[in-house]
Amino acid sequence: MAEKRIGQRSWAFERGVAVLGAAAVAGPKEGKGQLKDMLDQVYPDLYCGQDTWEKAERKMMEDVVNHATKKAGKKTDQIDMFLAGDLLNQNISASFAARTHQIPLMGMFGACSASMLTLTTGAVLVEGGFCDTVVSAVSSHNATAERQYRYPTEYGGQKPDTAQWTVTGAGAGLIGLGGKGPLIRYATIGKVVDMGLKNPFDMGSAMAPAAAETIQAHFEDTGLAPDDYDLIVTGDLAKVGHPITADLLAEKGYDLGERFQDCGLMIFQPDQQAFAGGSGCASSAIVTYGRIIKEMMDGKLNRVMVVATGALMNPVSYQQGESIPCIAHAVTLEGRGNG
Amino acid sequence: MTNSDGQGQNNKEQQMYKKMAKSYQPKPNIWVNCLKAFIVGGLVCTLGQLLQLMFISGFGVEPSSAGDMTSATLIFIACLLTGLGVYDKIGQWAGAGTAVPVTGFANSIASAALEHKSEGYVLGVGGNMFKLAGSVIVFGVVAAFFIGLIRTLLMYITG
Repeated sequence: MAEKRIGQRSWAFERGVAVLGAAAVAGPKEGKGQLKDMLDQVYPDLYCGQDTWEKAERKMMEDVVNHATKKAGKKTDQIDMFLAGDLLNQNISASFAARTHQIPLMGMFGACSASMLTLTTGAVLVEGGFCDTVVSAVSSHNATAERQYRYPTEYGGQKPDTAQWTVTGAGAGLIGLGGKGPLIRYATIGKVVDMGLKNPFDMGSAMAPAAAETIQAHFEDTGLAPDDYDLIVTGDLAKVGHPITADLLAEKGYDLGERFQDCGLMIFQPDQQAFAGGSGCASSAIVTYGRIIKEMMDGKLNRVMVVATGALMNPVSYQQGESIPCIAHAVTLEGRGNG
Repeated sequence: MTNSDGQGQNNKEQQMYKKMAKSYQPKPNIWVNCLKAFIVGGLVCTLGQLLQLMFISGFGVEPSSAGDMTSATLIFIACLLTGLGVYDKIGQWAGAGTAVPVTGFANSIASAALEHKSEGYVLGVGGNMFKLAGSVIVFGVVAAFFIGLIRTLLMYITG
């Protein structure tokens, strides 16, 4: 009997699993955006002092783990498990960062949903008594993602307005018991939803139904309603996908209103070219670990649902004409305020 | 939202969703894009023409070889702009205007070469620089072969 399961497929954490420390680092473009005062480190260029972009992404993940660990008042050798994911072949940013930090690694792939996948898994390990302190981290890098999924960075092909801009950055959260940070209260792991969309330059439309499906399941399982939340954010649906999810949920009777936002639209300024909005693992991660956790600790937000969305395809699958399977994972965080 | 046949979402649901999602997707402004492509593409060709005239009258190059020098100059400019990191920004605005002329072809090769330099000169640059341009060359050669074949046959028939 799964005692910690609530409803059909959500989990409730009751031991007081919390985010002990959180950090976000990002590239120069993100550093000039809406989060500019909330990042722990902004790199002056996309190389982050390294000689390749892949090494730069890895460096960001290493740095963000250091920042988060320091903010939680811990040292890396006190961390029991490193849960990490990224977008590169065979998750190399995660593995190589774990090689540097020498923390036991569980590499996880969930495309851009990896941020909440790692956070949820971390909470499970702590709740279950398997670990005292876990760090969850994800990264994405505009240039490495372009190479992985699309064309060379300097290629002059025109992208449509539905395309998104992969966020360069990394976010990490230390998970454990105690502390003053927000509690991780509920999580819902998503099902893979595929509505048959095939355009890799329009991930928002492809991922929107997955987000709606998970949010609906999360509400049903937890018994919470949209009004119980101060903020509900999706990971990277951007301008096209986000309104679709809002309307799909409205059809099901969930009116999310103004509290429903998207991390992909909370990173860049309107005058920065980002097409429909930000995407990548770092989209949800730098907003959650850089901004939301801080605002929760300041008492500005009390209950927040983060729904990280991921498109689970690769260049081979879409070149072979297959549609884009998508997933979304939801986590509810609660502040320690007066409540 | 899912059915039970193990295929996930059913076809009807998918069709309905595709229709719905379409209304949220911004439509590309074809006329504006065409106009931009026309202007930029035209400017590239005008520049080419000016270069050609300059080579012929300014440097005394034979008209038959001035065309090659013009192409080489345009390719050089496109590669330089690619290396400086501005060609992709121009390309985003101009679309086909910078993709169709020889500059687009040069950009596709230079950008791939730059991209894969970190993997070494042989396997990286050498192995990948025709990643995008390769299909243009393959189908260009194949098309040229068939056109040549047709031309030869027509000449044979018409004597």
